[in-house]
Amino acid sequence: MTMLQIERLTHRFGGLCAVQDFNLNLAAGELVGIIGPNGAGKTTVFNLITGIYRPASGSIRFKGKELAGKTSNAIASKGIARTFQNIRLFKDLSVLDNVRIAHYAQTRYSALEALLHAGRYRAEERRVRESAMLLLKTFRLEKHTHEYARNLPYGLQRRLEMARALAIRPALMLLDEPAAGMNPREIKELMDYIMWIRGQFELTILLIEHRMRLVMGICERIKVLDFGATIAEGRPDEVRNNPLVLEAYLGNEAER
Amino acid sequence: MRRETKVRQRVRIHKCMRFLRNRTIAAGIAERLLGPMRRLCKACGIFSRGGGANAGDRPSLWGWIFSCRWTAVVLLALGFAASFAIPRFNLVNPYYQLILMYVCINIILAISLNLVNGYMGEFSVGHAGFMAVGAYVSAILTVKVLPAGLGQVMFPLAVAAGGAVAALVGLVVAIPSFKTRGDYLAIVTLAFNMIVKSLFENIDAVGGPRGLLGISKLTTLPWVFVWTILSVWIIRNFVYSRFGRGVLSIREDEIASDMMSVNTRHVKMLAFVVSSFFAGVAGALYAHLMQFINPRMFDILKSTDILVMVYLGGIGSIAGSILGASIYTVLLEALRPLGIWRMVFMPLVLVLVMIFRPRGIMGFREFRLFMRREDYEDRPLPAPPIASQDGGEAPT
Repeated sequence: MTMLQIERLTHRFGGLCAVQDFNLNLAAGELVGIIGPNGAGKTTVFNLITGIYRPASGSIRFKGKELAGKTSNAIASKGIARTFQNIRLFKDLSVLDNVRIAHYAQTRYSALEALLHAGRYRAEERRVRESAMLLLKTFRLEKHTHEYARNLPYGLQRRLEMARALAIRPALMLLDEPAAGMNPREIKELMDYIMWIRGQFELTILLIEHRMRLVMGICERIKVLDFGATIAEGRPDEVRNNPLVLEAYLGNEAER
Repeated sequence: MRRETKVRQRVRIHKCMRFLRNRTIAAGIAERLLGPMRRLCKACGIFSRGGGANAGDRPSLWGWIFSCRWTAVVLLALGFAASFAIPRFNLVNPYYQLILMYVCINIILAISLNLVNGYMGEFSVGHAGFMAVGAYVSAILTVKVLPAGLGQVMFPLAVAAGGAVAALVGLVVAIPSFKTRGDYLAIVTLAFNMIVKSLFENIDAVGGPRGLLGISKLTTLPWVFVWTILSVWIIRNFVYSRFGRGVLSIREDEIASDMMSVNTRHVKMLAFVVSSFFAGVAGALYAHLMQFINPRMFDILKSTDILVMVYLGGIGSIAGSILGASIYTVLLEALRPLGIWRMVFMPLVLVLVMIFRPRGIMGFREFRLFMRREDYEDRPLPAPPIASQDGGEAPT
C-alpha cells in the first residue's frame, strides 16, 4: 500500500526555487532518508508535507487523499507526525502535559462538556492520561512526569519529542535531523530507538539527516537533494558511490 | 611593593562588595518581607507551580486541607452564607459592602482577561469594550424590555443575555484577528474598544454621551458572589481541559502546537469567546450596581485597569487574578486620602512588582485548591492494556 505519494512538488521563496519537481513514493512500513548539503531544501519538503508552507505546484497524497491546502492540524490528525531539527517542546509545561496536548484530536468531548467538566469529560481525560503515562513509561520518562520539559537533559528532550509525536498515533513519522548534537554513542542508541518504534508502532518513517553513519545504517532507500533538485536516489551503497553525490558534498574533481 | 598591591586589591574588592550590597538592599528588604511568607506557604503546601514540580513533597496537614475537595465545598458554603448574611443583617457598613462587590466584579474581569493574555499569551487590550456591550444589553433589557415588576426574577437572565451578546461580539472580533499571527489582536481590540465607546455615544436611544439612567439596583452581594464563583469555576474547568492545554501550547509554540493536532484557530476563538462572555457578565453586574452607565466608563483607561490587575496578580494563574483584582481594588479605595497621589503610588507598586516578580505575584503558579489533583500528584499507573505489553520498554 502506498503511504505517501508526492508528485512534481515545487516550492519557491521569491525567486529562489527551494524544491523543484520532487517525487517520492513511500510504501507502508518503509524507512527512507533524505540527505543533502545545507540549504538543499530538505526541511522545506517536510514543511510542505505538514502544511506549514503551501506548495507552488505539485501534489501530496497521504493514503490516497490529497493534502495540499489543508491546515497543519488537519494533516496531523490524519496521522502524520513530525519532530523538529531544533527541538520544539512546550518548554514551560510539564512532561505529562506535553504528551497530553498531542492527544487533542483524539479526545472526544465538546467545548460545553469541557466548560462544565461533565458528560464524556471525565472518562476521556482518564483515557488520555493513561495513554500519555503509557507513552512516558515506554520512553522511560515516567520519573519526570511532573517536571518542566525545559529541565530535562538534551537526550531526554529528544526522547520526549518523539513520545509527543507518537501520541497523535501517526502512520507516518517525519524525523528532522534526529541526531543533531549527539555523540557517536548516542547516535547508536538513537538508531536502535528508531528501528524499535518503527516495529512497535507500525510506522512508515521519512527522515532527514546529515550523519552518514545513521542514514547509511538504517535507511532502506535514500534520496539526495541539492539546490532543491533530486540528484540521486537508491539503496545506500548505490548512493554512496554516485559521482553526482560526491560532487555535491565535496565539490568537483578540479576543485578537489 | 608586592604587599601594597595586595592591599590595594583588597580595597578594591571591598568597594565592589559594598557597591553590590547597596544595589541589592532593596531586594534584601523585599526578601525579608516576603521570605517568611513564602516559607509559610511552602510549609502549608498551598502552592503548586504550573506543572506541579513539587510532587514529591511530604504531605502536611495544611497541605491536605488546602488540596482537599471538601475544603472548596466548605469555603463555598461559608462564602455563600456570608454573602446573604452581610447585607441582611448589615454586618459591615454599606461602603465596605460596595467595595466587596467591586472586588468580585473585578475578579470576573481579571480572570476572563487572564485567559487570553496570560494563559494564551496573546495581548487583548479592549476588555472594557466587551464589558460595555454586556452592560448596555442587560440595562436595556431590564429598563426597556422586561416588565419592571419582574426585574429581580429576570435579572440573572438579563446578565446572561449581556454575556451572550458580548460573546457573540467577541466571536466577530476574533474571526478576523486570529487569521493572522502576532500583535494584530492588540490593535484590533484597541480599535474595537474605541468603536464601542463612540457607537454608544452616538445612539440617542440609550442616552448618547449622557448615558443610560434609571437602572434599578438589582446587583446584590449574593448575586455577585454566585456569578464570581461561576466564572472562576468555568474558567478553571476550561484551563484543565484539552482546550485549556491547547491554549497553553499556543502560548509556548504555536507551530508545534499545530503539528501536534491542536486546532489552534478553534481553540483561540473559543478562549476569546469565553473571555468576552464573562467580560459581558461583569459589565451587566456593574451596570446594575452603579444604576447608571455612560460610554466614558468603558474607555481605554478601564481596559488598562483590568490589564494592571492581571499583570499585578500574575499571568496564567486563577489565584493570581483573584489576588490581583482584590489588591488593586482595595488599595485604590484605601488610598483615597492621598487624592491624586494615589495615581502615582499605584504605578509605583506595579513597577516594583514587575522588577521583583516579572510574571506578577502568582505568575504561572496556582493554589492547589484550583487544580485537579492528578496534575500535581503522582498516582500509581493503572495496569497497561495487554496489547502494549508484548513490546515492553524501549531499548536503552
